[in-house]
Amino acid sequence: MAYQNLFTQVQLRGELEAGVPLGPNNDSRFGPFGTSWLMGKLGGAQIGPVYLGTLGVASLLCGFIAIEIMGLNMAASVNWDPVQFVRQLFWLSLEPPPAKYGFTFNVPLNEGGWWIAAGGFLTASILLWWARTYVRAKELGMGTHVAWAFASAIWLYLVLGFIRPMMMGSWAEAVPFGIFPHLDWTAAFSIRYGNLFYNPFHALSIAFLYGSTLLFAMHGATILAVGRYGGEREIEQITDRGTASERAALFWRWTMGWNATMESIHRWAWWFAVLTTLTGGIGILLTGTVVDNWYLWAVQHGFALEYPATGVVDPATLPGAPQ
Amino acid sequence: MNRLNKLVAIALPALLLAGCELGKKEQEQIGYRGTAMVQINDPDSKAKVGDIPAPPYELTAEMVAGDKASTAYENVQVLGDTSVDEFNYLMQAMTTWIAPDGSNIKDAGCTYCHNPENMASDEKYTKVVARKMLLMTRNINANWKPHFAAGGQPQENAGVTCWTCHRGNPVPVNNWSTAVPDPGKITGNKRGGNTPAASVAYASLNYDPFTGYLAGKDNIRVGGKAFPTAGSNAAIQTTEKTYGLMMHMSQGLGVNCTFCHNSNNFAKWEDSRPQRVNAWYGIRMVRDINNNYITALGDVWPANRRGPHGDPYKVNCATCHQGVNKPLGGAKMLKDYPTLKGVAPAPAVASTPAPAETAAAPAEAKPAA
Repeated sequence: MAYQNLFTQVQLRGELEAGVPLGPNNDSRFGPFGTSWLMGKLGGAQIGPVYLGTLGVASLLCGFIAIEIMGLNMAASVNWDPVQFVRQLFWLSLEPPPAKYGFTFNVPLNEGGWWIAAGGFLTASILLWWARTYVRAKELGMGTHVAWAFASAIWLYLVLGFIRPMMMGSWAEAVPFGIFPHLDWTAAFSIRYGNLFYNPFHALSIAFLYGSTLLFAMHGATILAVGRYGGEREIEQITDRGTASERAALFWRWTMGWNATMESIHRWAWWFAVLTTLTGGIGILLTGTVVDNWYLWAVQHGFALEYPATGVVDPATLPGAPQ
Repeated sequence: MNRLNKLVAIALPALLLAGCELGKKEQEQIGYRGTAMVQINDPDSKAKVGDIPAPPYELTAEMVAGDKASTAYENVQVLGDTSVDEFNYLMQAMTTWIAPDGSNIKDAGCTYCHNPENMASDEKYTKVVARKMLLMTRNINANWKPHFAAGGQPQENAGVTCWTCHRGNPVPVNNWSTAVPDPGKITGNKRGGNTPAASVAYASLNYDPFTGYLAGKDNIRVGGKAFPTAGSNAAIQTTEKTYGLMMHMSQGLGVNCTFCHNSNNFAKWEDSRPQRVNAWYGIRMVRDINNNYITALGDVWPANRRGPHGDPYKVNCATCHQGVNKPLGGAKMLKDYPTLKGVAPAPAVASTPAPAETAAAPAEAKPAA
C-alpha cells in the first residue's frame, strides 16, 4: 500500500479539511474550495482555505497598484499600442529619476516620480506581506523562521532600491523596473564600480547561493531516496533503527564521514539561504559609498592578484593629446 | 506517460539550446593566462572583408610628375597640386567608389557631382561635399596615424580612401544622426533607450550614444579609484550610455570586450591591450570628422541627407569598420592613390609612445592548444 507522499499516485478524496479553528482576533478564511488533480500531482490536492485578512488585502492592493503603475508607464512609452507592448515588453522600463534630482521626493511624476510611487507601493506591499507571514506563523504557534528569512531578502531589495540610493544621495543609483533594463543596470553597476566579482561580500553571497543549491540538492535527494521507507516522516523516525532517517544519516556518514541531523540540515539550509541576501545586501551597500573600484580595492588588500601590466599608457595623459 | 516523459526529455533540452550557435568557434588567447583574455569568433557569423576595386589603370611615376591640374582645369581648389593624369585617375576611381556607372543611383557616374556642360561648376551640392571629403581623407591619413598604429609602432599603415567607407554608395551604409528627443510627457517616451535598437546590439541601453560621445566631447570614462573621491560622480545612467557606445564599437568591429579591455577592470589602462589606444584615437578622429567636416558643411546638406532631427548623417566606428576590426582586412589601398595621403603630419595630434607589444602577450601566454 502506497504512503501518501509526493510520489503517491493515489489522491484522497473526502470531506474537505478546514484546518484548526482560529482565535478571536482573526478574520475569517475563504474556502476550502475543493480539490485539484493537477495540484495534487505537485503537493496537496486540496485548495484552500486561504487566510487573507487585513494585511493580505492591503498587501495585494499595494502590490496591484505598484504593478499597475509600472505596466501603465510601459504601455504609455509605446503609445498605448498593445502589440508593441507585448513585442517590446522585455525592453520596456520604468526608470528612476535622473541624477539631477538627487535623493528627494520632490520629483515630477513623468521624470521618475512614478518610479518612486511604484517603489513605495511595492515596498508597502512587501512589508505588509512580511507582517502577514509573521502573524500567521504566530497564530499557528510556529516559530517565525519564514518571516526572518523573507526579511533577509527584503533587506537586499531595500538596499538596492532605497538605502543605497539614499546614502549615495541619488535616486539614479537605483534599479529600474524592467526586465532587460534591470539586467543592463546590473552589468553597468559592476563596470562602474570596478567589477563586483572583487567585492568580498558579493563573493560570500555567491558562495552561499551556490551552497544553497548544493544543500538543497543533497537534502532533497536524500529524502527522496529514502521515500520508499517513509523518509519524509523525518521526526517520528529520528530515534529508530533501520528507518529511512537512519539510512539517510548513514549514507552521508559513510560517504563523507559525517552527517547532518534531520534537524540541523534545515538550519544549514536556512542559514545558507538567509546569508545569500544578507551578505549580498552588505556588498551592494558598500559599493560606491565606501569602495569605488572593487578591483583596485582588492589588489590593495591582497584579495586579488595583480597581473603583469601590458605596458599600455593612457593616451589622455600624454602631452598634446587630442580631446 | 512514459513516452511523453521521453519526448519531453528530448524536446526540452533541444528547445533550451535553440538560442545557441552551432559549429566550431575560433578562439585565440590574447593576454595573460587565466584572465579570460580570449577572442572568440564564430566563423559562420563573421563579417566578410569587403572587396577592393582595382585602380582604373596603372599610375606611373611620369604621370604623377606631370603638369598640375590647376593649369589644365578651372576651380580646382583641393587637388590643384596634383598632376593632371593623377587627377583624372582619381576622378575615375571616385566615380567607382561613390556613384558607379551602371548602378541604380540617380545621375550615376561623373554627373553625380558634375554638371556635364560645365565640369568646373559647383552648382551640384555633391561636388562641394566631395571637396570637403577630400580634405577630410587627407586629414585622416596625415594627422590620425595613431589610430592606425600597430601597438604604437610606426608602420606604413593602410590609410583610408573614399572606398573605405563608401563601398559604391553615395552615403556610407553605416551612419547615424541624432535621435529625436524624448517628448516631455510619458506617452511615447522611451527615455532614450529601452528599445530593441540595432545601434546598441539590441540591448535596452541608450540607443543614441553617438550625439554625446562622437559629436560632442562628453566624458566616456566612468571607472574610479579604489576609494570614492570628489570626482567619482559618474552615475549608473551615464555608465549605461558608455556601455551603449561600447556595444556599438564591439558590433562595429566584430570583436568582444577583451579585444581592448581586460575584463578584471575595464577602466585600467595598464592592463588593457594596445588596441584600446587605437580606439581612443579613433573616437577623437570620428569627432574631428563629424564636427570639422560633416557638420561643418552646414546648409550644403539637402533634406534627404539629414536625419529626423535635421542634422546630417554622420560617421561612427561601423562606417569604416563594417564589422571587421581592420577595415578591408588592413589592405594597403592608399598606396595606389598618393594624392590622398595628405600633407606632412600637422602638429595637431600628439604621437603616442610605443606600448610594448611584447608585454601584451608574454611568452607563457601562448595560444592554448
